[in-house]
Amino acid sequence: MKNFEIVAKRQLAENVHEYEIYAPLVVKHCLAGQFIILRTDDEGERVPFTICDYSRENGTVRILVQEIGYTTVKLSQMNVGDALADFVGPLGNPTDLKEFKRVCLVGGGIGSAVIYPQAKQLHSEGKSVDVIVGARNKSLLMYTDEFERTCDKLYLITDDGSNGNKGFVTDMLKQLAEGGKSYDCVFAVGPLPMMRAVCNLTKELGIKTVVSMNSLMVDGTGMCGCCRLTVDGEIKYACIDGPEFDGHSVDFDEAILRSRTYREQEQAHLCNLRGR
Amino acid sequence: MADMKTQRHPMPAQAADKRIHNFDEVALGYTPELAAAEAERCLHCKNAPCMKGCPVGVHIPDFIERIKLGDMEGAISVIKSDNNLPAICGRVCPQENQCEKYCVRIGKLGGAVAIGNLERYAADWAMNNSVENRTVSEKNGMKVAVIGSGPASLSCAGDLARAGADVTVYEALHKAGGVLVYGIPQFRLPKELVQKEIDSVVSLGVKIVTDVVVGKTLFIDELLEENDAVFIGSGAGLPSFLKIKGENLGGVYSANEYLTRLNLMKAYKSDSVTPVLRGKKVVVVGAGNVAMDSARTARRLGAEVHLVYRRSREEMPARAEEIEHAEEEGIIFDLLVNPIEILGDNSVSGMRCVKMELGEPDASGRRRPHEIEGSEFDIECDEVIVALGTTPNPIIKNSMPELATTPKGTIIADEYGRTNIKGLYAGGDAMTGAATVILAMGAGKRSAQAIIEDYKKSR
Repeated sequence: MKNFEIVAKRQLAENVHEYEIYAPLVVKHCLAGQFIILRTDDEGERVPFTICDYSRENGTVRILVQEIGYTTVKLSQMNVGDALADFVGPLGNPTDLKEFKRVCLVGGGIGSAVIYPQAKQLHSEGKSVDVIVGARNKSLLMYTDEFERTCDKLYLITDDGSNGNKGFVTDMLKQLAEGGKSYDCVFAVGPLPMMRAVCNLTKELGIKTVVSMNSLMVDGTGMCGCCRLTVDGEIKYACIDGPEFDGHSVDFDEAILRSRTYREQEQAHLCNLRGR
Repeated sequence: MADMKTQRHPMPAQAADKRIHNFDEVALGYTPELAAAEAERCLHCKNAPCMKGCPVGVHIPDFIERIKLGDMEGAISVIKSDNNLPAICGRVCPQENQCEKYCVRIGKLGGAVAIGNLERYAADWAMNNSVENRTVSEKNGMKVAVIGSGPASLSCAGDLARAGADVTVYEALHKAGGVLVYGIPQFRLPKELVQKEIDSVVSLGVKIVTDVVVGKTLFIDELLEENDAVFIGSGAGLPSFLKIKGENLGGVYSANEYLTRLNLMKAYKSDSVTPVLRGKKVVVVGAGNVAMDSARTARRLGAEVHLVYRRSREEMPARAEEIEHAEEEGIIFDLLVNPIEILGDNSVSGMRCVKMELGEPDASGRRRPHEIEGSEFDIECDEVIVALGTTPNPIIKNSMPELATTPKGTIIADEYGRTNIKGLYAGGDAMTGAATVILAMGAGKRSAQAIIEDYKKSR
């Protein structure tokens, strides 16, 4: 098998694919919560993705990709048997939830890919795990079968109510807390505004909250400082200090502004690729 | 006997008004005639004072003598027996503070012999004529892993391979070369040329594995188990920031990020996938070589570029040539100026600064700058590049707590790079903090020597 070969590809929703990549070196030491950086080809940009599962036996790493930019669209045009130019990792620090006993994992959009390995881990340790997965609509709810097997209770909610439960993940979490559920930790992953909303709520509820920051990155090894954010008034790098941080200490407003830095340029490139 | 009156021959260069519109190399190199004429100027001093200024000990008068005789193969052979990367050193070494500083012609005798220009001439000649003139010893069974593929590592790996070692270099990025490819711009050090120098190290039998972050993908313990020695040449990659308000706005770059986007990821090309902001008015903070590289790059992307520095021109740490080139290209130096806040709501709109004056010398021997009270003023700008230096990357240290480091994060080692861990060596910026390409190469060389000696002793 070629290094960085796509060994499996599965469509999970419109514009969302799951890939299994052959990367025996990456899989040797990787753990839940870490990420990789890939380039599709020799001219490609470096883009980070969270590891959502791995098999040390098969030497493969699984990632979930939503087609939103140049590289992700390019990736979607590749197939089983094709090899990526680069696939480096594991980067960042592994998740550390061992001090908690009753955890609620909250995933928004493809953030559910990031909380899946945590669910697996906590479940295997015999801890209590509830999972809330939110999406714009029913077709974008992902990994529900996997979660059914790895958590105590799975709650699904959609912006448009197409799954019969309308609202945001924060509505769900609030409802659970008000209904008497007690958690000693919330672990939230998803778009920045979602994580901000969850943190605002859990601050009120007094629940410790961990978030995984999906900052823009170049090298992913602490060299460029592109992924920096303010945590508790201090500069931190998502790539080497994170990607997980205490959600109540993160300056989300600033992180949201930084995430928009290249919006115009990225749109222009995407149009080129899609021939529009 | 050399003519004692002939002046040093300046390096031909692209005109400033032309070069600010391209990324082609600024310095054009000597013609054969210029090289011969400059070589004539060398006095071949018996004690070769120039050599004591060279961190890798190139036999300078010898190679210049060969150029003079028209024996270019001989010239490059002399250089390459001490220097694995001459085309690079001929371009980026601060010769004025090294070999040329000790040249006896430096004062009244027309100026120091242009040793760097001649080294570059010989190296380029060798590349253009595909000359590979190096002997490699038979494999001796020694196995060494080298971490990082910048100048310290390449120099160490090259010397080890020549001595017969089986060498594997692990690089974290997708491309080998370290700062030579991500940091130094194309117009000062063409990447095709760096690749050729790397190819020539590879031709000695060195294996380079990219996409491996040691401390994450593989651990040093594992490398020590599988090898007779491990050399850490991972550089000083972590950028320092100003720690002022507004610094995390989009549009504020570390020089590392800016240059990496432009050099490694080729964002200067219009069809590059990696984006970079192209500000109309860019302010660069700092006055070292990296600040000059950033400023000159921004200028080539069409910006009006200001460089703010809290001391005066005299204290600027960049090489004289880089400062001159920057000035010729229209970079505006705002000296004795210190930023106190980066302004902007959604993105950068300006920089609040304060004027400075110089007081008594500080520990570094440079006069300490003081703020002038009430002198705040704003510079309008839409992009800021912070070039305040770098510190060693913490990944290796964090993955190996038993490795002795200083509070600053640099690795503690003896002059041959021996760390507190048996079989583990370090050199270059990872050990000294940010310095020059040639000092890193010198360190890599010394470690290679120590690795070979220690290996022999252990047999």
